[in-house]
Order: sequence, then structure tokens, then C-alpha cells
Amino acid sequence: MSKVATMRDAVAELVRDGDTVAIEGFTHLICFAAGHEIIRQRRRDLTLCRLTPDVIYDQMIGAGVARKLVFSWLGNPGVGSLHAVRRRIEHADPEPLELEEYSHFGMVCRYVAGAANLPFFPIRSYYESDIPRVNPNIKPMRSPYEDGTEVYVVPPLRPDVTIVHAQRATAEGDTQIWGLMGCQKEAAFAADRVIVVCEEIVDESVVRRDPNRTVLPGVVVDAVVHEPFGCHPSYAQGYYDRDNAFYLEWENVSRDPEALEAWLKEWVYELEGHAEYVEKMGPERWEGLRPGVAMSGEVNYGEYA
Amino acid sequence: MSGTAELGYSKNEIMIAASARTLAGERICFVGVGLPNIVCNLAQRTVAPDLQLVYESGVFGARPARLPLSIGDPSLVTGSTAVTSMFELFAFYLQAGLIDAAFLGGAQIDRFGNLNTTVIGDYESPKVRLPGSGGACEIAIHARKILVIMRQAQRSFVERLHFRTSPGHSGDPEHDRARGWFGSGPTSVVTDLGTYGFDEATGEMTLLTLHPGVTLDDVRANMGWDPRVADDLGETPPPTDEELRLIREELDPEGVYTR
Repeated sequence: MSKVATMRDAVAELVRDGDTVAIEGFTHLICFAAGHEIIRQRRRDLTLCRLTPDVIYDQMIGAGVARKLVFSWLGNPGVGSLHAVRRRIEHADPEPLELEEYSHFGMVCRYVAGAANLPFFPIRSYYESDIPRVNPNIKPMRSPYEDGTEVYVVPPLRPDVTIVHAQRATAEGDTQIWGLMGCQKEAAFAADRVIVVCEEIVDESVVRRDPNRTVLPGVVVDAVVHEPFGCHPSYAQGYYDRDNAFYLEWENVSRDPEALEAWLKEWVYELEGHAEYVEKMGPERWEGLRPGVAMSGEVNYGEYA
Repeated sequence: MSGTAELGYSKNEIMIAASARTLAGERICFVGVGLPNIVCNLAQRTVAPDLQLVYESGVFGARPARLPLSIGDPSLVTGSTAVTSMFELFAFYLQAGLIDAAFLGGAQIDRFGNLNTTVIGDYESPKVRLPGSGGACEIAIHARKILVIMRQAQRSFVERLHFRTSPGHSGDPEHDRARGWFGSGPTSVVTDLGTYGFDEATGEMTLLTLHPGVTLDDVRANMGWDPRVADDLGETPPPTDEELRLIREELDPEGVYTR
């Protein structure tokens, strides 16, 4: 059964006010198009989860969709700060933002616990750090086995909605990703509802030819949205490069609340959807981000008729 | 003190060269973005040709064809040995003890190499909200050696951290040995003024060398405590012509990180 939907319909149906939402993808495959649609539909009171909030959550939090942020590294990677988020934290401007903070490994293991239906996940981290002091959800525990090793445990994270971007998916939602894998698989399996956004919708035979590359089977996916260049200014390995100029320019936009509001108006509110964003950016921008070709080798899965 | 132009290299260039030499003989190194990235790539071309570059984004054995713009750059993936999930990278590679060395930095460091990357001021109402841990907390615990690279100033080399994000030495070596961590804590700090090791008996940061043209008074003026100084205090060897050529022509031709 086809689950193909427009971004507008997928967000309208699956992302609700007050939801816990994870848009995952570590530097790679960050679905800005979905973030923009959530802004456009003026969702409110979301709890946003991501290891690295990145520019997408700066835009969303600057637009007022969230009341809480769950994260492990808050910055504009390789560039600087996320100023809209910092204004909320440092000056409650225009309102406070609740924080729940982990390390990367802690966040990843929260998704693992959520995906594997576990009550908690033990890790060797946080020893002699102040992080558990400011986040009581990180708790020390002794191993019940002989050596009694002290570990810290983190609680499962089960988003109401996880949104992942992929290079390709079938209409039924079988999803394939290559390049950095981040924790999209864990975050999606942990979620109640899953939206897959992809560069290409492909026939089932394409997936079946290379099943090791599948990260999600359609059975856990609720909607499939075809949105080329949907990760811009982040990147999709083999499709388009990270738009570093955008990340650098964001530093100035994000510093100034009026510039941020003007950017949101021009690039989100006044556009119907991501296709218009792509058109407005112009063909030269996309041409400049196109990588060269480096094909993988092929393997023999064998024929066992 | 203000400039090193007359010496023929920049402050960042001597920091990079001095840091790269601390990787001599190391095999598996966890790389961060910015200066550590150039340091590791320089070490791979000089003192540590077998160095495997590992990135927390899930890449093992990276051979980037360009200077990566972030630790999640697509150039890290193409041509690498392995790309893993982040769970696998942190659990099987880092937590299980495969990482020989890792670079960390921070807004604040204390005399025992504890690092703050979380807040300046009070956590609940911070003056400056910093990025937070990322992977630093667990890297500090599991990487066998921690190498620190950061510029030195009163506000960053402090007597008391505002927040301890990543643990260093405790000040009690017996306690440190009893922790049972793979990590031995920070072993080296390279700044724009000199290089430091850590005293075995006390775990305290100890000045080993001054960069050419830098005095002990310069160092004291730029840290929040009176530093322990090695009996045989030396001078940091300046970057060689070959190191400078690699940095300027191959690793950072646009001078993004090195000027």
C-alpha cells in the first residue's frame, strides 16, 4: 500500500501540538524541509529532540514551535552558535526554553532503549561529570552481577514522531541510506509515528537488489514524502554537498531577531512548500553543490532458485 | 608576544605542529573539528603514517580528499575503511577501549585538565550557553590519552571551572588509578604560548616548553593559577619548513584555521 503523501499532508496528519518530535541525522540528511513545514503550519509546544540541534532547530525554536529541547551538542557545526536558541536560554527572550541535556552516547542509547523496548540503558559515562547533577534522569546504578561495576543509566526516548531523510525509499516506506548513519534507525524504531522524506522514490526491486542497505522496513513507516534537496543546507551523500556558505550566513541571521523573522517570512511562510524553496534558490546554487561520482563496488548476493 | 610574524609562522601553526608531534607512534585517533582536524592530518603525513582517523559521526579510517568542514563532512565517508552507526562507534570502538588518543578543548580548563564546554556562569541562568558535551564526556573517560589544544587566557585557564563537563585528573593519583577507566586522562596541553604535560605524582598540569619568543611571565599573565614548571623547561621546536608547507599548501590552503 502506497504511503506517499505531500509534506503538507504528512505534517498536518502526523505532527500535533505538544508532541515530542525527533528530526535526526548527524550533520548528514537533516530534513530541513520537514522543519520548515512544521514552522509553516505553526505547530506549538513541541519537545524537540536531536543530538545536535543544528540550524534547523535554531529556525524552529526561533519561530516559536517548541517549549523544550532534548539534546547533547548545541551549535552551528564548524561555524559558531545557534543564537535564537541561546536567546531563549540566556535571556528567556522571547520566552524560556526548557532543557534536558545528555552526552552524545547518552542520547544515542536513549533511542536504543526506546527502539528495543527497554526500561533504561546502561553506559560507562558521566563519571565525575556535572551533567548528572543538572539532569536527574541520568542515574548511577551498580551492576547486579559479581563485579558490581558502577554505570550510569539513561531512560528510553520514545518520540511521538520521528522524521528521517533518506536517499531513497519505496512508496511503501522501505528506506535506504548510505554515508553517515547517525542514529536515524534507532530514533525511528523508537517512535510512535515515522515520516520518511526522500530524494528519490524507487521501485521495490531496487531495494530488494541490495537489502543490506535498508535501514527501515515500510512496516514502521507511516508516510513517505518525495522532497528532492529537502536537506539543504545540510547534505545528502552522493546527491548534494553541505552548503557551507549558508551555515556561515546563518550566524548573522540568527544573531538578529529581526533578520531571523525576515528570513522565515521570505523562505518559509511566504512559500507554499519546499519545491518553491528549491526554485527560489536557483539552479546555479544546486549545480555548485553537486559532487563528483564515486560509485560503490558491487557484491554477489547469490541466486538460490 | 602579540605576533609571531617575525618568526615566520602564526600562533596556530606552531600549535598545530607541536600538537601533531604528540601523536608520534599513535595508531587510532579520535578527531575533532577545526585545529585537531589539521593536527591529525599533519601527523598522518609526518610522525604517524599509520594513524587511523576516527570521527564521532561514525567514520573509521577516514582519508578525506579535502579539509573537512565539520566532523560530519561527506569527504570523510568517501574512501574510508568503515562507516558505522553512532551507537556502534561509541559502544564498540570508544567504550570498549580501541581509541588510543583523542583531542578535546573547551571554554575552560583547570590545573588537573578537567574541561568545561557547557556554561559560563550558573547552569540555570547562564551568562553564556556553550555547546555542551557532545561526545566529550565519554571520550575523556575512554580514550587512552587525551590531548588538549586551546588558546591560553586568564578566562579559560581557571582555578575553578563553572561546570565540569568532562573529567580530567582528580588531583589524587591513587583515586585516578582506582577508577578503572581505559583513559589515563589528559597527557598533553598545547597552547599558543607553550606545551604542558601532567605531573605523575600530583596529576597537575606542568609547563614543559615555551614557544620561541614567549616568556614565563607571559604564561603566568595568561592563566588563573601559578603554574608548575618543569625543572628542565625547554623551548618548543618551531614548525619545520616541511610542516609549514603541508599546512599551507595541502591541509589549509585558504588559511581558514591557521592564520
